[in-house]
Formats: sequence, structure tokens, C-alpha cells
Amino acid sequence: MTNEHVTKTVPIAQLGHVVGAHLDAGARFGGLFAGALGEDTQLTVVLSLDGALHVERAVVAAGARRYPSLSQRISSARWYEREIHDLFGLEATGHRGLDPLIFAFSPDSSRPRLGSGFPTGAAHPDLTAPPAYLRGEGVFTMSYGPVRSGVFESIEYVIETSGESIPLVRPRVSYKHRGIESRFEGMSVDDGVLLAERYEGVASVAHALAFCVAVEQIGDVTVSRPAGLVRVMHAELERIANHLDSTVRHTEAAGQAVAYARFSLHKERVQRLRAQLCGSRFGRGVVVPGGVTGRPALDQGQIQAALASLAHAIDDDTTLLMETPSFLDRLRGTGVLSTSTVVDFAAVGPVARASGQLEDVRRSRPYAAYAGLGLEVLDVPSDGDALGRQRVRVQEIKDSFVLIDTAARELEERGSPDGAPWARPVAPSSGTAIGWAEAPQGELLTLVELREGSLVRVKPRSASFQNLALFPEAFPNDILTDFAFIEASFGLSIAGVAG
Amino acid sequence: MPWVPRGLREGVVTSPYPRGDDGYGTGFRGAIAVSETNASRDDLERTAGACPTGAISVGPATANVDRGACILCGRCVAMSPAVFRFVPDFETSSTVRTALVVPTSPESDAAIDEVRLELAIRVKALRRSLHVRHVDAGSDGADEWEIAALTNPIYDVQRLGVFFTASPRHADILLVTGVGSAGMIGPLRETWEAMAHPKVLVAGGVDAISGGVVGDGYASRGGITSSVHVDVFVPGSPATPFGVLHALLMAANLLPGGRTARDDGASSATKRRRAS
Repeated sequence: MTNEHVTKTVPIAQLGHVVGAHLDAGARFGGLFAGALGEDTQLTVVLSLDGALHVERAVVAAGARRYPSLSQRISSARWYEREIHDLFGLEATGHRGLDPLIFAFSPDSSRPRLGSGFPTGAAHPDLTAPPAYLRGEGVFTMSYGPVRSGVFESIEYVIETSGESIPLVRPRVSYKHRGIESRFEGMSVDDGVLLAERYEGVASVAHALAFCVAVEQIGDVTVSRPAGLVRVMHAELERIANHLDSTVRHTEAAGQAVAYARFSLHKERVQRLRAQLCGSRFGRGVVVPGGVTGRPALDQGQIQAALASLAHAIDDDTTLLMETPSFLDRLRGTGVLSTSTVVDFAAVGPVARASGQLEDVRRSRPYAAYAGLGLEVLDVPSDGDALGRQRVRVQEIKDSFVLIDTAARELEERGSPDGAPWARPVAPSSGTAIGWAEAPQGELLTLVELREGSLVRVKPRSASFQNLALFPEAFPNDILTDFAFIEASFGLSIAGVAG
Repeated sequence: MPWVPRGLREGVVTSPYPRGDDGYGTGFRGAIAVSETNASRDDLERTAGACPTGAISVGPATANVDRGACILCGRCVAMSPAVFRFVPDFETSSTVRTALVVPTSPESDAAIDEVRLELAIRVKALRRSLHVRHVDAGSDGADEWEIAALTNPIYDVQRLGVFFTASPRHADILLVTGVGSAGMIGPLRETWEAMAHPKVLVAGGVDAISGGVVGDGYASRGGITSSVHVDVFVPGSPATPFGVLHALLMAANLLPGGRTARDDGASSATKRRRAS
């Protein structure tokens, strides 16, 4: 792995200052994670700059209940501080409104303190309605969810409104919290990758990849080029399926019955191709520590024929969809996000790219076999609205087809890994590392801590978590009927947020 | 207007299922089947110990796989290919939890007949139209994709009289996914209570049946069976669209020829294919 990260430990009082210096130098905030360190709690801040990760660590001593908040420097830290408050019981001083986010434990109940190795007994979340924030004539609070109309993941949006406009919306994801991070503790890496695939099921390949990239760093294993190419093929099919899902939801919300039928048919055919390649419609079981379980079950000719016919059909319908006024009218100017907002919230993926933040870790920190596949910088006109996000996805689908084709050709030329199995052995070892992948929703980071081959702490930070924090900012001029479009244009999975 | 010919361009793409076989539904790994072999007990124990969800139990003669816990990772197939194999079968649902353990025992076969008779009497009034309400009780998100796929032109469940409904008041079937997250137990029960009789509850996927690889913990109840009464269990991680469709038809007793989910190594789709 060429992208070594730089890890430093600083006193807790200086953490804000050190992180601020990184941000001033142009670094992007990747996340703030906590983990038990005996009786103490270790905080880990991840930042990225110029293709490298910078990791700052600080320890909150056992007796201390507080640490200084980072939220004045970077809005993106708020959700992490709320998560740490829920799961570790630590308060971020200077952070107002530490409302429960991930799971609302009652004040006297014990917290999971992830990484401690001690399981917490069955807990019951306190789901009483949060206090209203807004005051004004005719302002009322409307609860939308967790059981909503349609086949959706469970989430509650607490909307404060006086009618049409949406001045404040707060997503509540604690209904869906599974405590999946605690389940990793004590697992082997072989079992851990199966659980990682189910952290956010629609991005199974990306989660398996980020997890394995971290494990391979700890074990000092380099994945063979052919295995890397297989990883790319499955990851890009996953991206196409997710981006088509976003289009399907847009067409459904816009009442475009034929377009809905067409794009849901395309998505189904992508899922079927994935199943033909590996036996799973979600690409599960392909990515394992050290490589992949094997080559795709179809030969190069079959793959290319399937890809060509899919790409042509999708392209044809997309061209028409992006010229259909009754569709475009619902997306244009809807859910506008400014560049400064996406920077402040350190947004990732198509949501950030549609607002001018073009980073894509497939290019900036290449993993698998992306280096050398010729992925170009995205060049799509966008106004930061739902239409811009749709345009970004349209282009990314095209780019993904090219990447899969290129990878399939190279795989055909290279054949099987020379004298080595598809997955190189990863010896059980100890260490901590951060893996990453560009999931369909955006950059995914997975912190993995191993002790003698057993997982001590695994913290996947999904793109969905990072971007849902931005969701309330996307309603500057929008009304309730725009809600479905803005939600579809974010393209998130709630499982990936709630954990 | 330009969309109209688009909808007609490819002709009918819809699957003939459940009246006929669909080349796809049986075209990839759907379940684990167990062969009777003379594999040593030690080998079987080692494979059982490696199963990430503890779905394998070793009996005196051979091993059993609990499809209600199996996440189809294929580790057992890799370790003991003479005993365990993938079969392209999606008609694996059952009305009895213990019947998901294959090979099935005569006791569970008898139990199936009894439960299915009770269910058939209960759902008689539903006739040929089914309204389904879905609730996510802590899924990984993939289950919802598979259920939503039922409205695409290939499955097109409306042709079978199956509709997804927004209101539990309209619903005949409650289709539940997920491990039973602590926060969703209340809303799940309220949704069930709001439904009018007769009603049927379907647990979609191993997460809902047993918690799958997530299992139980401080925020997961290890499936929904401790919180609500389940009438039909659908294996799969996630359950595939055909698997869910088969379960919905089973729940409403609408399977042609009164097919059952009883597993003797081959489902009715497999038998039909063999016969033809």
C-alpha cells in the first residue's frame, strides 16, 4: 500500500488546535471516532490531504466526562460528537444540542464503549419526541416516519414547518441502530468481512473493500493485480446499480411510469449480471482479505456482450430522460447545496461532486487496481441541485462501464495470478489501520484494530453517515413536495448511517 | 409521447412465474443442500465450527443446515464439497421455523401440513388480491432493494394481484425485514396491531428470522420472532425477489397446485425442470 498514513498522538486539550491547523492547510475532515482503551477512551480524527491520510489521536482519561468540541471549526464534527455521546457517554464541551443521534440510551444505562470487549445487555432506546427548535406563527412539528409509505428503510424526519417550506428537518436514525460495531469485537477477519458486507447492504462490495484494505495494511499484504481487477469490476457494477436506483426513485417520485419501468428493468439486469458473475446479486463473498475468492464466472466475451447491451440500453433511455421537461422541471433548482456548505460538512461522493468538490478516492488514493485504469476527472456542468447530482450519476455510470470493460480486458490478458492464489494469505497479526473505498455514495473509511488476529474495534464510516448530516441544509427554497426528490438525489442508505 | 414506444420496444419481459419456470430464478445459488455421505464426524464438526452463524449442526448420520441462519457465504461448500452444495433454488420458504433445517425431519413435515391448513382457513377471505405493507425492522438496506424489485417489469407482481400499500389498514400481509432493532420493535407491533383481520406476517430474510451474522446484542433482538408471531419464513441474505414472491403467494395460499415449501432437496421449480 503506497498511501501510508501519518499518525500522531496529541494531548486532548490541543486536539482542536491541531485539527484546525490541518483544515487551514486545506485538509478534508474524514471523521472523529472513539474506541475504548482500557478505562480511557481514545479519540481518532482522520483528515485527508493530497492523497494521504493524516490521523490525530488523543486520549480522554477514565475520570473525565468531557473533551473539547471540534464543531466550531468544522460542522461535520457535530454528528460524530453526538454519536460519541450516545455510545460512550462523553460530552463535547462547546457543542450545543447534543441530541441523541445513533441510539438514545436512558441517562443511567451503561454505554457500549466499543472496543472494550464487554458486551452491553439488551437496551431500550428512549424515543420520546425531541423538543421543537423553532418558534413563530403557525409553526408546527411534523413527524415523517419511521414507517413511511412505500418500501423504504426506516428513518424518521422531524420536520418543523409552518406549511409549505421546510425551515428545519432533523433526521432520526436511532430506530434502525443494530449495534453492529459491537458485533465485530472478537471476530476473525474472515468473519469480519461478512459482517462488513452487511453494515450497508447496498454497498456491500465497497464495505468489504475498505475493511480488507485496512486488514491488508496491518498484515502488510499486497493484492495481486488480477485480484485487484476483479475487485474493480464488482465495485463498479455496484456503483451502476446504486446510481440506477437513484434514477428509479426520481422517476417514481416524478410519476414517470414508463421511465420507472425502464430504469427498474435496467437495474434488475445489472443485479442479475452480478449474480451471474459471483452467485450473489450484491457481489457478496467476492472480496476477502488478501484478494478475491476467484475470477468472474463468465468469460470476457460474455461479460463484454452483457456490458455492451446494458450500456447501450441505459444510455439510450438516459438521453431521453434528460430531455424530458416534466422530469427535469422537478429536479432543476431543487435542493441546492453551495460549495461552501459541502466543504463545511466535508461531504463526499456524487453529492459533493455536484457542488464542485470533485475528490474521488479512486483517483486520489487509488486502491484495488484503479491506478492505471485511466479514470478521468469528472467534468459535468452542475448547479449543485438535484439535477446536477443526477448528471454526475449519469456520467459516473458511463465511466463505470468503461472501467469494467478495461478491467475485463486486462484480466483476460493477464490471466490468473502468477503462481499465487486469488487471495494471498493474511497472517493473523496486531495493529491498527484505516482502509477506504469510493462507495457509490462516496468515500468510505473503515478503521480496523486487530490484536493477534482478532478484531478489537471496527468502525466503518459510511458515505451515507457523512452526507445525511448535510441533508437538513438542502432545503433553502424547497417545499414539502420536493422532499422525495432531494432524498432520492442524496442516494443514501440508512443502515450505513445507523450502524 | 416518445416514452410510449420505449415501453413497447422489448415486448413482454415479464417472468411466467409462478405458472411456468423462469430461467433466471433457478440460475444462481439460492440455498445450501446437504448430501448424505460417509464424511467423518470430525470433518463435519470442523466445518460446522467454521460456519459464521452456527447454522450447521452435526447429527449421528449427517449434518443439518438451518437455512433460517445460513447467509450463503459458501464456507461449508469450500470446506466439505462432498456434503454441502449450492442449489439454484429459491422456493425455500416455510410456514414452520424448524422446517428450514434441511434435510427436514418427518416431524417438521407433519407440522407443516397442520400449520398450512390453519393458515389456508385464515386467509380464505383474502381471495386473489393481496395488499402488502413492508416494515424495515433493522435491515442492511439490501432487503428493501429486493422487495422493491417486485414492482419492476420482470416480476411485475401487480399481475398476480399483489400490491404494496401505504396504510396498514389496507394491508393483508405484513412483510418484515431486519434483525429486530430495538427502536423498531414498538413501531413494528403498532403496525401489526393497526392491520385488520385476516392478516399474515412474513419474515423476509435471515436477518428477520435469526439475526443472521449480526446476531443479537444491545440493540439487536436477533430477529423478530421474539417480538411478533411469524407465519411465513423466507430464507436468504437478503431474500431474493423470487423468494419473497414465493413466500407472499404461500402466505395467501395462492401457489398453483397448493405447492409446499417442504424440502427434500428439490423444490417444485426444480422438479418441473427435471420433468421437462
